[in-house]
Amino acid sequence: MVRQKNIFVSGIILRCVYLEKIKEDVIILGGGMAGLRAAVAAAEYNKNLSVGVVSKLYPLRSHSVSAEGGTSAVLNPKDSFDLHAYDTIKGSDYLADQDAVEEFVRLVPEQIYTTDHWGCPWSRNPDGTISQRDFGALSFPRATFAADKTGFHVMQTLFSRALKYDNIRFYNEYFATSMFIENGRFNSLTTINLRTGDFTVFQGKAIVFAAGGAGRLYQFSTYAHSVSGDGDAIAYRAGIPLKDMEFIQFHPTGLVPSGILITEGARADGGYLLNGEKKRFMQAYAPNKLEKASRDVVSRAIMWEIEAGRGAKGEYGDMEYVYLDLRHMADVLDERLPMITEIAKKFNGIDAHTELIPVHPATHYTMGGIDSNVKTTTDYSGIFAAGENACVSIHGANRLGSNSTNECLALGNVAGVSAAKYAMEHDIPDLVVSNVDAEEKRIWDDLLKRNGGENVAKIREDLRNNMDKNVGIFRDANGLNTALKNIKSYKERYEKISIQDKSSTFNMELEWALEVGFMLDLAEIITVGAIMRTESRGAHYRKDYPNRDDENFLKHTIATYTKDGPKITYKPVVITKWQPTVRTY
Amino acid sequence: MADEYEFEIKRKDESGKVYYSTYKVPKDKISTVLEGLLYIKENLDQSLSFRYSCRMEICGSCGMEIDGKPRMACSTIVEDLKKDHIKIEPLKHYKVIRDLVVDIDPFFDKYREVKPYIIRDDDGKYDKELPQTPEQFHEYANFAMCIKCGLCMAACPIEGSDPNYLGPAPLAAAWRYIADNRDQGAKYRVEVVDGEEGTSRCHFAGECTEVCPKGVDPSFAIQKLRRTALKIEIASIFGGR
Ligand SMILES: Cc1cc2nc3c(=O)[nH]c(=O)nc-3n(C[C@H](O)[C@H](O)[C@H](O)COP(=O)(O)OP(=O)(O)OC[C@H]3O[C@@H](n4cnc5c(N)ncnc54)[C@H](O)[C@@H]3O)c2cc1C
Ligand code: SF4
Ligand code: FES
Repeated sequence: MVRQKNIFVSGIILRCVYLEKIKEDVIILGGGMAGLRAAVAAAEYNKNLSVGVVSKLYPLRSHSVSAEGGTSAVLNPKDSFDLHAYDTIKGSDYLADQDAVEEFVRLVPEQIYTTDHWGCPWSRNPDGTISQRDFGALSFPRATFAADKTGFHVMQTLFSRALKYDNIRFYNEYFATSMFIENGRFNSLTTINLRTGDFTVFQGKAIVFAAGGAGRLYQFSTYAHSVSGDGDAIAYRAGIPLKDMEFIQFHPTGLVPSGILITEGARADGGYLLNGEKKRFMQAYAPNKLEKASRDVVSRAIMWEIEAGRGAKGEYGDMEYVYLDLRHMADVLDERLPMITEIAKKFNGIDAHTELIPVHPATHYTMGGIDSNVKTTTDYSGIFAAGENACVSIHGANRLGSNSTNECLALGNVAGVSAAKYAMEHDIPDLVVSNVDAEEKRIWDDLLKRNGGENVAKIREDLRNNMDKNVGIFRDANGLNTALKNIKSYKERYEKISIQDKSSTFNMELEWALEVGFMLDLAEIITVGAIMRTESRGAHYRKDYPNRDDENFLKHTIATYTKDGPKITYKPVVITKWQPTVRTY
Repeated sequence: MADEYEFEIKRKDESGKVYYSTYKVPKDKISTVLEGLLYIKENLDQSLSFRYSCRMEICGSCGMEIDGKPRMACSTIVEDLKKDHIKIEPLKHYKVIRDLVVDIDPFFDKYREVKPYIIRDDDGKYDKELPQTPEQFHEYANFAMCIKCGLCMAACPIEGSDPNYLGPAPLAAAWRYIADNRDQGAKYRVEVVDGEEGTSRCHFAGECTEVCPKGVDPSFAIQKLRRTALKIEIASIFGGR
């Protein structure tokens, strides 16, 4: 099925657009940890089902390979599911749905053993059993790890396992632009094949959204460059509500100036934080857990220190920072923290055995996402969600370290099986051609023809700085309203972009433009949600409302697409046995 | 010393035309080669194409020839090259799609050929871990660090003359799984790596090991593979498999 036509952009021929259609029983959007786990699960469920993994990156280039520290699982008889659930719920500042958490923690252990059988080099005890380590805000050391390259090794394992199945097909470097729902059911996914520029439509019986988080909406970030929230925005524009988007996690220790993550494992294993006066300061903020308190608490502590004039500065431009001190544990660095030791050396020329590492809080996780649940279903049939793209909600207002990769594994598996089951019982619906025609026009007749001289990369930079400054760790009404005004002005500038690159082959500038379009929508949702949530909870901290307000805000924010911007409603939180109490570490 | 670097970049557009573009990049704005490329793309020339993602040398995206050697753009600190004029070209031995973007599919196809996954007769029962001591882990640990960047393939002289040669990273992956005590698939992998396009082609020149950003040492893996293949063959001659 090939259709051809010539497209003219200000006099220059943008070669041709081909419309190609591909059919798969199950479509997985995303080749990260959640997507690969889902693909293997679906392919394994029934070898006669065809599974297509559609990803803008080759799977191993996905952000998941960056995950460092570990994945929480109850493997030790002295640990318990209730303890894992409690830590998660307390960490979430009571915004997690407790029924979902209870079910989730029980699904994790088998995933550790499964990936072990598939070759994941989980770090071991001398007797050959799987070893576990401490992590932030855990009441039992249950972070299962593969040195400090956990995500990397799990990803190699899943990708390799996927190669075993003849019924999995990879569509690498296909950039998804939109998704269509018809009669309450998944209809089609539109993509651009980056290598050829062809407009390619995927039809299928079921789709799993596993396109990751939105962390690169911010400038100082631990995320891979590719994490621009596409999956959230595509779902949102198609009519699927997003949940709790205002909750963005800041990791306390992004390496200055690149933002590369220094794992929490460094503090869990005994590392100290020092302020500019080279003094430890966590006793003032979390007297019991100190450096091992939850991420939101530690990130705020660092920012308070910096605000009080006790930050370090000078070496990295205007940026103020604090220090991570690992010198007293020099003898264990090479065995337990090889990657960050290597990173400090390679990127900063710092020897962690003898020198201090400059760190500053950096965006690290998107708690919000597609409004889904622990069964991975959404409001629409045939549409499932898993990984950072989904909001179940297990993480509530603040995710615990080591609680995401396990979610990718456990719920990626559930999503794959659910999508496969659904596909067994349904046919591929007829394509609604007018939808894909409209999308093709949006890109080739509108976006590529805009000619107002605005540079996409500049809008992106301004947006990111705006989010860092006004929708960051500390928020207040003034800053948030300014942020929203700025976002509106970026949207106006976006109407006037000029895409200079006229090539069909590997047109990165067009990709950037589509991503920035997604990012602008999400920035608006995050900011509006933050304005309306006049309380402080987990990662969302309002200086003008510093207390948690359970009476008014023990509820999920739901953002639904309308032409005039997000419509905000709320949804209750499910409480089973842990009543909200004051949260201290 | 000037306060700008010159990046001289080999280009190829979609019509197939090959040419060089040179850009001036302020030294105080960037540290790594990748940051330099992003600076160019954002400020000077929107048409330049390259791959990148993690910017922390773990995703394998950004391999290219930098100053005459295959390197990762994100972990190459420009200052360390001790030059103001830096020449950047796409990785050798791959087909160029556009500018610095090469066709990496043949690499992954070869990777798949060596069966880079655990093979076990009891696959499907996952109720507890398979024992593996730290010593057993260290048998294959180095070979498991491969980020599939493909630099070694660009450095390998055999790859240059024989595109069908399996090549260093796929062969290292074969050894990574054979050396894993949880695996039982050595005999299947040996069939592949002992073939015409396998280990016998390697001259042990060691270029692969030298350029590998992750210390994988494919050359050593290939030596180990040859010895194992021999052992398995001898065993099968005497009837024991
Ligand atoms: C530096 C760092 C360290 C971390 N360490 C830990 C840890 O120790 N423990 C832990 O539990 N968690 C950790 N996390 C969190 C965890 O790594 C992530 O939440 C998780 O890997 C997300 O996986 P994912 O599969 O949902 O998404 P990703 O890995 O981001 O994958 C997204 C996929 O979607 C595809 N995609 C996106 N947009 C499009 C589009 N438009 N079209 C087509 N495809 C698209 C991408 O190509 C990619 O394949 C860490 C996070 C960071 C930033
Ligand atoms: S062996 Fe080294 S150079 Fe070759 S692909 Fe792997 S990491 Fe890259
Ligand atoms: S960008 Fe990931 S390895 Fe360089």
